[in-house]
Amino acid sequence: MPSILQFFPEQASSFAHDVDALTLWLIGMGAFFTVLIAGLVIVFAIKYRRRSPDQVGENFHESPLLEITWTLIPLVIVLFTFVWGAKVFFRLYRPPAGAIEYHVTGKQWMWKTQHPTGQREINELHLPVGRAVKLTMTSEDVIHSFFVPAFRVKADVVPGRYTSMWFQPTKPGRYHLFCTEYCGAQHSRMIGWVTVLPTDDYQTWLASVPVQQTPIEQGAALYARLGCAECHGEGGGRGPDLNGVFERDVRLASGERVGADETYLRESILDPGAKLVAGFGRTMPSFRGQVDEEQMHTLIRYLKSLPETRAAAAPVAPENVVR
Amino acid sequence: MSAPESSAANYLEDGHTLRSWLLTFDHKRIGILYLLGVSFFFLVGSAFAMLVRLELLTPQGDLMTSDAYNHVFTMHGIFMVFFFLIPAIPGVLGNFVLPIMIGAKDVAFPKLNLLSWYVFMAGGMLTMYGLLTGGVDTGWTFYPPYSSLYSTSAVLPVGIGVFVNGFASILTGLNFMVTVHRMRAPGMTWFRLPLFVWGQYATSLVMVLGTPVIAITLVLLVLERVFHLGFFDAAKGGDPVLFQHLFWFYSHPAVYIMILPSMAVISELIAAFARKRVFGYHAVAFSSIGIAVLGFLVWGHHMYVSSQSVYAGVAFSLLTMLVAIPSAIKVFNWTFTLYKGAVALEMPMLYALGFLGLFTIGGLTGVFLATLGFDVHVHDTYFVVAHFHYVMVGGTIMGYLGGLHYWWPKMTGRLYSEFWGKTSGWLVFVGFNLTFFPQFLLGLQGMPRRYHAYPAEWQVLNVLSSAGASVLGVGLILPVGYFLYSLRYGKVAGPNPWGARGLEWETTSPPPTFNFDEQPVVEHEAYDYPLPAGKPGAGAAPASAH
Repeated sequence: MPSILQFFPEQASSFAHDVDALTLWLIGMGAFFTVLIAGLVIVFAIKYRRRSPDQVGENFHESPLLEITWTLIPLVIVLFTFVWGAKVFFRLYRPPAGAIEYHVTGKQWMWKTQHPTGQREINELHLPVGRAVKLTMTSEDVIHSFFVPAFRVKADVVPGRYTSMWFQPTKPGRYHLFCTEYCGAQHSRMIGWVTVLPTDDYQTWLASVPVQQTPIEQGAALYARLGCAECHGEGGGRGPDLNGVFERDVRLASGERVGADETYLRESILDPGAKLVAGFGRTMPSFRGQVDEEQMHTLIRYLKSLPETRAAAAPVAPENVVR
Repeated sequence: MSAPESSAANYLEDGHTLRSWLLTFDHKRIGILYLLGVSFFFLVGSAFAMLVRLELLTPQGDLMTSDAYNHVFTMHGIFMVFFFLIPAIPGVLGNFVLPIMIGAKDVAFPKLNLLSWYVFMAGGMLTMYGLLTGGVDTGWTFYPPYSSLYSTSAVLPVGIGVFVNGFASILTGLNFMVTVHRMRAPGMTWFRLPLFVWGQYATSLVMVLGTPVIAITLVLLVLERVFHLGFFDAAKGGDPVLFQHLFWFYSHPAVYIMILPSMAVISELIAAFARKRVFGYHAVAFSSIGIAVLGFLVWGHHMYVSSQSVYAGVAFSLLTMLVAIPSAIKVFNWTFTLYKGAVALEMPMLYALGFLGLFTIGGLTGVFLATLGFDVHVHDTYFVVAHFHYVMVGGTIMGYLGGLHYWWPKMTGRLYSEFWGKTSGWLVFVGFNLTFFPQFLLGLQGMPRRYHAYPAEWQVLNVLSSAGASVLGVGLILPVGYFLYSLRYGKVAGPNPWGARGLEWETTSPPPTFNFDEQPVVEHEAYDYPLPAGKPGAGAAPASAH
C-alpha cells in the first residue's frame, strides 16, 4: 500500500519507469532552479542589506550578456524537456498492433467493462499480466476520465465518441481506478479496482464468470435483428458494403474524406446523414434510441471483425474507397 | 460632483456622504470601492476554502454530503477566480496608482471607470443570488454536458453573473489602455513608464481581447441549457470538447490576467526596497507583452487527455514551453535587481521576496505540466491544484498583499504596524506552503481533484494541508485588523515613507483629488536612484519616515 513516505504510486505498467524517470528529471530541474533563485535572493538580501537609511543601490542595471544567458539556458532546458515529454506521450497513445481490446463505458457513477471474451464487470477490471491491453471507451452521459495511477495513464471518456488508451500491466496486484473528470454528485465514488492476475489465474477467473456470447457474436446477432444486412449485405446495394469497412478511407458525398474509425461508425449508425458516403441516398433511418452504448460497442466490434472481401458485390464504387 | 478645482485637503476629504463615494468619478475612490468589493468576495471564497479543507480532514467524506461538497468547491473557485483574482490588482491598485504614476489627473474615461465597478458588483451580486438559491455544482470550469444537461443547480444566475462581470474587465482594460496612450505627463515616454504600468498595459490587452470569448462561450452554454440548442451535445451533433477549447481560449489567458498585474507590483516593490533601478528594464517590460501574446496560444495544454489530437497536444506543449521563458527572464532580472542594491526587508518587501520563491515553484511546476508524458499521469490530480495555487496564491495574492502594504500609506496617509504586518506575512508564507506543498505529493500519488472522499492512505498529507490552511487563514485575516486600526491610530506616513522613486511618491499622502497640485513634468528614467536633492518628496526621505 502506498504510504506517505512513498513518492510514487506502485510501478505496475510498462510505462511506469519511463514516466517516473521523466518525473525525476523534472523534479531535479525544478529543485535546481528553486534553490538557485531562493539562494541568490537570500544571499543578495543579506550581503547587500541597507546599512544606512539613505543608502541607495549601485548603478548596475543592464547586462546584455546576462539577459542572453538566462534566456538561452532555460530555453534549451525546456526544449529538451518538451522532446522527452513528447516521446513518452507518443508511446502512451500508440497502442501496439496485438493489444487485447477491452471495452469501457462510463456512466454516472460507475464503470462498466467488458472483456473480448464477453465477461462483464462493474467497477472492476481483471487483466492478465504481461499482455498489452487496449481500452476502447465511451460515456453514456457526461465526460468521465479513466485513471489508474499505478499504470501512469489516463484518458477522458467522452459521450458521442470513442477514446482509447493502452498499457501493459507488469505486476500482479490490485490497483486503484479513479474517475478524474468531475462528473456530478457521486464523482468521488466513481472508483474501482483493476486486478492484474498471472495468466493462469486470469484464465481461471474468465472460466468462473458465466458468459453466453462474445461481443462479436452479440454484435452479429444484433446486426441480424436490426436488419442491417437488408441494405448493407450482399445483394443489398442500398448501403455501402461493410466488409472490411473499419479504418477504410471513405469519400463522402460532400467530397470530404474521413477514416472509418469507431467514432465514425457510431455516428453513421445514429445519424446516418451526417457523413453520407458518396454515391448513396439518405435512405437509412437513425438507430438512436434503439441501440444503447453497450450494444453499439458490440455492433462496432462485429463490423471491425468483418474481413475485406473484394469479391463481394461492392456497391461502393472503387473510386470512393481509398485504401 | 466636485468642481475641477477642489479645495479639499485630499481625495478622502472631498465629500463625506455616501453619495460622494457611490457616484464618484475619482479613480482613487473607485479603487477603494474595488478594495471593499474584492475583499468581500475574497472572504466568501475563503470561507468555502475552509469548508473544503475541513471536509478533507477525514477520508470518508463525513462532514457534508457529496452534493454539498461539490457546491462548496465550485463556489470557492468561482468567487476566487472571477471576483477576486481577476479584478483585485487592476481594480484596486491599478485604479489607485496607475494614473498617478503617469502623472495624470484621472483615467481617460472616469465615468466608464465607475460603471465598471457597478458592473463588477452586479455580476458579483447575481452570483451571490445564484449561491443563495442553491449554488452551482459544475466546478468553476462549467464543462458540458454536465453543466448544460445534467446539473440541476443554479447554473443560469451564476453563468450570467460571470458573463456580466466580464464587461467590468473589458471596461477596465480599455480604460487603462487609453489612459496609458493618452494621459501620460509631459516627458513620460513609454520607456520611462514604471514597470507596473507596462504590466497593467499587457494585462489590459488580454482583458480586452480574451474576455469576449468567455462571454460568448457562456452565452452558448446558457442557450444550450435553456433552449437545448445542442452546441455541445453529442446527441444533437454538437461537441462537448468544443466548449473546452472555447473556455480555455479565455481561461488560460485569464491566468495571465491574474499573474501579470502581480508581476507588475513585484517590479515596483523590488526597485523600491533595493533602491535600485529594476535590472533589465526593457527585458522585463517586453516580457510582459510576450507573456500576453504567447498566452493566447497555449490553451490546449489543459486538454492533453481530453481526446484532442495527439499532434495538437505536441504543438501546445511546445508553445507552453516557450511562454515559460519570459517568466524566467522576469524572475532572473528581479533577483539581480537585489545584486549591489540597498536591500531593506520592510513589510512589502517580504511579500516580494516570498513571491520570488513561490512563483518560481509555481512557474516551474507549470513546465512540469506542460511536459506531455508527465501531465497524463497528474492531469486532474492534486498536483494541478497545488501548481495553480502556487501561481495564484503564491504569485497573485503575494503580489496583491505586497502592493497593498506598499501603497496603503499613500491611499490612507497612515502607516500600519510593521510588527503585525510581518507577523501576518510570515503566517501567510508558512501556512501557504504547509497547505499546498503536500498537495504536490498527493497529486504524484494520483489523488484526483474534486474528490469529496478519498482512500485512507492519503489522510496524513490531507491533514497537513488542512492544518496549513488554518495558519494561512489567520495570516490573511490579520491585515483586516491592523489596516483598520491604522486608519485612526497609525503614524502619519508623509508623502514618501519608503524613500521610493516614482510620481506617486511626489504627491501628498493621501493625494489631492486631482493627484498633483501642479502638472508634473518628467525628466528622469524610472527608478532613478539616488533621490535628487531638493525634489519634492525627496525631503520626506527615509530617515524621517519611521
